Amino acid sequence: MSEIVVETRDLSVHFGGVFAVNNVNFALRERELRCLIGPNGAGKSTFFRSITGQLHGAESSGRVLIRGEEVTSWPTYRIMRLGVGVKTQVPSVMSGLTTEENLWLSASRASPDAADATVEEIVAELALQPIARRPVRELAHGQRQLVEIGMVLANRPWLVLLDEPAAGVTGQEMQRLVGIIRKINRTAALIVVDHDMHFVRMLEAQITVFNQGTILVEGSADTVLNDPRVREVYLGNRAR
Amino acid sequence: MDYIAVVLLEILYMIAFLALISAGLAIVFGMMRVINLAHGEFVMLGGYATIASSKAGINIYVAMLLIAPIVVGAVGLLVERLIVRFLYGRMIDTMLATWGLSLLLTGLVTLIFGNTAVSVPAPIPGYQIGRYQMGGYNLFIIAVTALLLLGMWMVLRYTRVGLIARGAMLGADIVSALGHNPRTIYMLTFTVGAALSGLAGGVLAPLTGLLPSSGGAYIAKAFITVITGGASVVAGTLTTAGLFGTVNQVVSFASTPVVGEIAMLALAIVLLRLMPQGVTGRFFRNST
Amino acid sequence: MTGSGFGVGRIRWNWFAAFAALLVLLPLVSETNTPTLLAIWALFALSLGLMWGYAGILSFGHAAYFGLGAYTYAIASFNIGESTVPLLLAVLVPMVFAAIIGAMMFYGRISDVYLGVITLVVTLILNRFMNATAGDAYRIGNARLGGFNGIPAFPILNVPGEPDVQIFGTPYYYVVIACLLGSYLLARLILGSKFGRALVGIRENEARMELLGYNVPALKTAIFAICGGLGGLAGALFANWAEIVTPSVFSLGQSAEVIIWVIVGGLGTLVGPMIGAVLLGMLKIALGMQTSIDNSLVLGAILILVVLLIPSGFAPAFVAWRGRLLQLQAYRRHARRSTRRRLHLKEAE
Repeated sequence: MSEIVVETRDLSVHFGGVFAVNNVNFALRERELRCLIGPNGAGKSTFFRSITGQLHGAESSGRVLIRGEEVTSWPTYRIMRLGVGVKTQVPSVMSGLTTEENLWLSASRASPDAADATVEEIVAELALQPIARRPVRELAHGQRQLVEIGMVLANRPWLVLLDEPAAGVTGQEMQRLVGIIRKINRTAALIVVDHDMHFVRMLEAQITVFNQGTILVEGSADTVLNDPRVREVYLGNRAR
Repeated sequence: MDYIAVVLLEILYMIAFLALISAGLAIVFGMMRVINLAHGEFVMLGGYATIASSKAGINIYVAMLLIAPIVVGAVGLLVERLIVRFLYGRMIDTMLATWGLSLLLTGLVTLIFGNTAVSVPAPIPGYQIGRYQMGGYNLFIIAVTALLLLGMWMVLRYTRVGLIARGAMLGADIVSALGHNPRTIYMLTFTVGAALSGLAGGVLAPLTGLLPSSGGAYIAKAFITVITGGASVVAGTLTTAGLFGTVNQVVSFASTPVVGEIAMLALAIVLLRLMPQGVTGRFFRNST
Repeated sequence: MTGSGFGVGRIRWNWFAAFAALLVLLPLVSETNTPTLLAIWALFALSLGLMWGYAGILSFGHAAYFGLGAYTYAIASFNIGESTVPLLLAVLVPMVFAAIIGAMMFYGRISDVYLGVITLVVTLILNRFMNATAGDAYRIGNARLGGFNGIPAFPILNVPGEPDVQIFGTPYYYVVIACLLGSYLLARLILGSKFGRALVGIRENEARMELLGYNVPALKTAIFAICGGLGGLAGALFANWAEIVTPSVFSLGQSAEVIIWVIVGGLGTLVGPMIGAVLLGMLKIALGMQTSIDNSLVLGAILILVVLLIPSGFAPAFVAWRGRLLQLQAYRRHARRSTRRRLHLKEAE
């Protein structure tokens, strides 16, 4: 059994009396690929942000541990420096800078001496040559997502968190995305939050279903999607 | 006993003063998230309008309660049409442009009225509490402010106009859904805010000599009262005016007026640091 | 690594040398009193432009550091008698003050509007405080703070180590120019460094930089402190030029003016703010000599027009135009070369 790299114990988060996350016990193993799904308002995003340290103005209790280290009240940048990479829901890039410059900023923080070399590697890995010198604001949505993933990888993280990476992505791009995620999974653990069932199925990973702030059920895609409780919760969704 | 009455009255006056000069800015900021740094100059213009018309023979109460708001409201309308309406949504740009406007208005008034102080006597005589001589006019200011705040609250809460205005606070699409053009609503809101600033200036005119640079004294205090107040127009302004007014007067009594003012400014920084959404962003969230 | 973002570290040495030569030779054709003041204002504008244009931090009360520098110099030189330490203190005190205020704001995730308000209020507090310090009771060591009259007749700059040899007039002009050019080089160095690039990243997308592991509050506090120190240097140099410091150095007007200089000259460049300061400074001095047109009126009108019409200021527009010109030249060169190759002609040098 490989070690547990991300763990939450009795984690609860509430905003002004409403429990967005209610007593969640979660565990992720080394180099595991896990998908978090659940209807809107289920608490996935809040849970996600309690791991990345981006909860501001919320009261939380319980513990979040990354590789045994308690990071519950740590600021975001400190958590990231443990070797974590995060891709947010809305593409978050430096639009006024070029692709290369964006990648450089990421690489130079993690490996200052090998920054330029790392940028070249990422550009090659993700086939970004055609857009390497272009300002990111000129790029299409799917391309921006790719640049952001490049930034995440330039850190050479061992834990990657992706929030809705398949949002607004075309069919062909989705294939590419799945390929990239599988490749990342060779060396890093991944948590992917998404709504797109088709995409989640393609990943062939373990799934954790959230509902109303708690974990409803966990298991493989078939187990979870055939569970009557999950069907009830998703009433009418394309959970086929 | 007399001393306590005096202190309480002074505190009440300070609260009223702050609320009065902030009302116009609170409406504009609360409804449209526009920070008008020329607000102090609007107040100053109200003062000049009052003094000028009073010296021309018009009754002082008419001058301050009617003429000042109308004149400054008109100026506000002009400003909105020519400058502010191009900058909605651009908060920093609005601050910069209105800062430029405040310089412009100061320069303009200096050109027209010159740099010597003008004044008008207070129409209400003083009275006595025990050994202390009190300004009677201050009571008038307290009364006017109370009525103003009450009026604002009632309009916002109970009238159709108020409903539209509160809708505007939530977003332009709400206003459209109610069947009105958001742009028109913003224009009217800014004008009303300017008129209230003019009213404040008019009412305060008899207190001291008025200079073109007097606006500077008002803007800082109004600014911090409104921003720390948060989104709720009446509740926010009243709460922070209450806090600042009390602190200012109490500390002033304990030492000097300058220290009192500094204490108030320092408190503002502390509040902003602890509650960036303003007091009514944290407490009293659903108030008007 | 090219691109509008990171190219900023490069120093065009030929331009710089030409300009420096111009400044050095200026005293041969003109008096130095006014140029000294303009250079001081240019330095002040640079200190705000660096922070605002490249890190995205707009302070509405930058005059606080200008004033602190001026007052620190005056008070210290009264007490010490020799000018070297006071000058150093005049940079350090505003820097430390800025670090404290900056830390309080940035670690508290205050930004944008609220940053503007807090910085404004800080300047107000200093202004009010200094205005009220009349009388003998208010003194630091030998120096009486003087209330709204300020502190006159403090020892001005002297040659380090020789308290009796004072620097004023044209030699002082050279001191100021040296400080200005030195600060400009420092700013360029910062921008070309990893620190500078991180600041640009923060200006573009602060949240993303945090997610990359950058300690954003620390970086912002650092640049805020550095720019506070540079502003303080400008203040100290101003004190020596004016030979008196009054609370007007903390005024809202001074804070407004420097913002106007930066925005008119060009936000997002280093040279722009300095040009803005010089041009508007000359305008201010010219207006000050007559009474029919009021300075506030003109400045206010300019600010309104610039915000409405050219929000980024003149310099970036010029830079963009020049960039397009260079692109056109490069394209023409490329076209010429490929034509020559096709015709088997030798490439021209």
